[in-house]
Amino acid sequence: MIWVDTIVQGILLGGLYALFAAGLSLVFGIMRLVNLAHGDLIVLAAFLILTVVNLLGLNPFVAALIAAPVMFAVGWLLQSYVLNRVLGDDILPPLLVTFGLSVVIQNGLLESFSADSQKLSAGPIEAASLPLGPITVGVMPLLTLISAVVVIFALNQLFYRTKLGQAFRATSDDAVTAGLMGIRPRNVFAIATGIAMVVATIAALYLGIRANFDPSIGPARLIYAFEAVIIGGLGSLWGTLAGGILIGVAQALGAAVNPEWQILAGHIAFVIVLLIRPRGLFPRAND
Amino acid sequence: MMTNSSKSTLSRGITALVFLALVFVPVIGSRAMVQDLFMVLTLLVLALNWNMLAGFAGLVSVGQQAFVGIGAYAMFGGVILWGWDPLPAILLGGVAAMFLSLPIAFFTFRLNGAYFAIGTWVSAEIVRLSVAQWKALGGGTGTSLPKGTTKDMFGVPQIKDLLGVSSSAAADALTYWLALGLAVVTLLAGYVFLRSRMGLGLQAIRDNVEAARSVGVDPLRLKALVFVLSAFGTGLCGALLFIQITRVSPDAAFSVVDWTAFVIFITVIGGIGTLPGPVVGVLVFYILQRVLADYGTVYLIVLGLIGIVIMLFARKGLWGMFTEKTGIELLPLRHKSLQRSER
Amino acid sequence: MTDAVLSIRNLTAFYGDFQALFGVDLTLQRGQALAIIGANGAGKSTLMRAITGILSSPAEAIQLNGRPIGALSAPEVLEAGISMVPEGRRLFPSLTVEENILIGAHSRTGNGYWTLEAIYDLFPILKECRHNPGTALSGGQQQMVAIGRALMSNPDVLLCDEISLGLAPVIIRDIYASFPRIRESGASVIVVEQDIGQALKVADHVCCMMEGRITLSGAPGELSRDAIHDAYFGVSA
Repeated sequence: MIWVDTIVQGILLGGLYALFAAGLSLVFGIMRLVNLAHGDLIVLAAFLILTVVNLLGLNPFVAALIAAPVMFAVGWLLQSYVLNRVLGDDILPPLLVTFGLSVVIQNGLLESFSADSQKLSAGPIEAASLPLGPITVGVMPLLTLISAVVVIFALNQLFYRTKLGQAFRATSDDAVTAGLMGIRPRNVFAIATGIAMVVATIAALYLGIRANFDPSIGPARLIYAFEAVIIGGLGSLWGTLAGGILIGVAQALGAAVNPEWQILAGHIAFVIVLLIRPRGLFPRAND
Repeated sequence: MMTNSSKSTLSRGITALVFLALVFVPVIGSRAMVQDLFMVLTLLVLALNWNMLAGFAGLVSVGQQAFVGIGAYAMFGGVILWGWDPLPAILLGGVAAMFLSLPIAFFTFRLNGAYFAIGTWVSAEIVRLSVAQWKALGGGTGTSLPKGTTKDMFGVPQIKDLLGVSSSAAADALTYWLALGLAVVTLLAGYVFLRSRMGLGLQAIRDNVEAARSVGVDPLRLKALVFVLSAFGTGLCGALLFIQITRVSPDAAFSVVDWTAFVIFITVIGGIGTLPGPVVGVLVFYILQRVLADYGTVYLIVLGLIGIVIMLFARKGLWGMFTEKTGIELLPLRHKSLQRSER
Repeated sequence: MTDAVLSIRNLTAFYGDFQALFGVDLTLQRGQALAIIGANGAGKSTLMRAITGILSSPAEAIQLNGRPIGALSAPEVLEAGISMVPEGRRLFPSLTVEENILIGAHSRTGNGYWTLEAIYDLFPILKECRHNPGTALSGGQQQMVAIGRALMSNPDVLLCDEISLGLAPVIIRDIYASFPRIRESGASVIVVEQDIGQALKVADHVCCMMEGRITLSGAPGELSRDAIHDAYFGVSA
């Protein structure tokens, strides 16, 4: 029974990783951009929520509603004025620019908020739990997983059921021809990154409620997110959810054997999956 | 009006003088200066190796700390567990890094483009977390070299007598000269390699993979060779670094910020894909570090911003801007006939 | 006073240091179907890229209904009223047939003559496979999708780049059979063709290009085979 409990906890943890990864997956799927600052942008969003909570005395869930449009604007501006300039066949400039951005955001947060650990307090719901058959699950972890599923479902609907989604896919396929259809790829990219930052805000909300955070934790979260995206198959959103859950379960199993092996087990699962399936679990046909 | 070739001759003369001056630093300079320059030179070695990977072979690794760390740990293993002298243990560090690079290459070379970067990063994390389980070398908290190890190091007594300084100063001088030698050898080896048939093939791959393949260059083997060799250089440098630092821990030896982030900024600022780029970059880095030392994290923010601006507006870095303006090429990579026919 | 819908004056174009167009002059009359013929590398595709705004040109060099459009970007040119069936069709693999057609109206719907229903009426076969991925179709059907997609913005000028390339003659005939209706809808048409016979059949004016210049221009009936041959291959050939 202990193993069932471990696996369930791992699946719930995977929900958080999938939330970290969903924005990354969206951006990669549309513009092949690997954003090394994504983890730090999530931490930035967490500090933004924290600031709103402290200033207005709101519940973090309400504060996230205020932070989300701000983060959309951050993503939009970032893409329009920085990242659009480095997109192209050469992978080096976007990698290095987002890497620089990661260092700037991390140390900027350190300057403004110090290295102290922070936490978002959501009230009694944090300690609440539900009996689920033979095991008990926390309400917050469950809510995290449900949010991940909802976010990925919503992104898929956006992708496959809306005019904007058509423009996303067309631009991703062939930006030049999309331009001939009146689509402005740079605008499409800016909107996509804006949406990715809204998802990052949701991830930040659960990150901040679940555990302590400080300005330096972005890169580690980024690794889990990337592992989820790559394992899932580049550009597949449901694959990203599966990837996140796989990493979460591997970490939970590793931790059950020896607490020091939690992170290591996740990384090793990543390597094993890629050795067996180099293109991930659900690769897109035309990549 | 000087011609470009006489300008180049002049700058080569200056380079030789600078090298001589650097050799004599431990004789005439202060110990603090020797230690400072040691750090600069080791960062330069790391940057030269990373530049070869990312700038010439198109392998953007953010996992070089794996090789620094394993080099350091292998050296510590040699000294503490097997009683080696630190000098041969440095070589052990390089060889260990080279062997580690084989499974890492096997795994990461399956990943395309940008995902190669993530693959190297994850690999480095796996190595860090595994080394933290190595209880004989202190596990997660790490360990120190036994007291006096560096003072008894091969060559130190002779230097002590020669310069008339304390044992620790002599040890500093020795590691300094090793770093200087490693930097010069790495620079020259890079130059010779890039002008060789294989090196030209590598640059052909960077310009056009298909075309390079059609003239018989095997991109995968060539890139793998560069990856393994730069792991060797990085491992040597890691071992050397931690002889000077004398204390090792997984977090310090496998630090992505110290051994990869700084190195990336140095290379980008100086000029990625140019041979003298890392040299220029490391100087800028050192000056910035001194000027902004009192401002803590501001220094990193400035470094990040400069890196971003360079990537946006001058992709070949400061050195690229310099050659464009002056026409001086210190270490021209193309053969003369090619340069002429292009014009 | 003629009624020019598109006029190009002294247009030059470069790829880096390589000059691809040398002072091209061209006028498309309203309602006209103009064919541009020429060998590979004559500059036809470059001319298309310049008109559609993929390549930037001096503003005044290209005018649509008297409005300078040379400096506009590709989306702006589309919105001004020029749409293109690109060489190689370039359907979006991630979109279904219907989505591929609909995306043509992404930012311009024009006078509304062409709607999804009108496109299905023009090419009934497409309606049957409207939920398939665009790239699962045969070459001829893909070309129909590409034409439908370009029509959805109800352009004043429709550019067709090499639409017969790689297709069987019987399919080419079917596709060109749609042109009378396209012209009825009010669109003026430029077709770029390597197939001279096809070009002479469909067009009421022909221009021949060679080495980045227009070497011959006239109505199909006025042009002798020899004149076309010389303009196409160069006189010395």
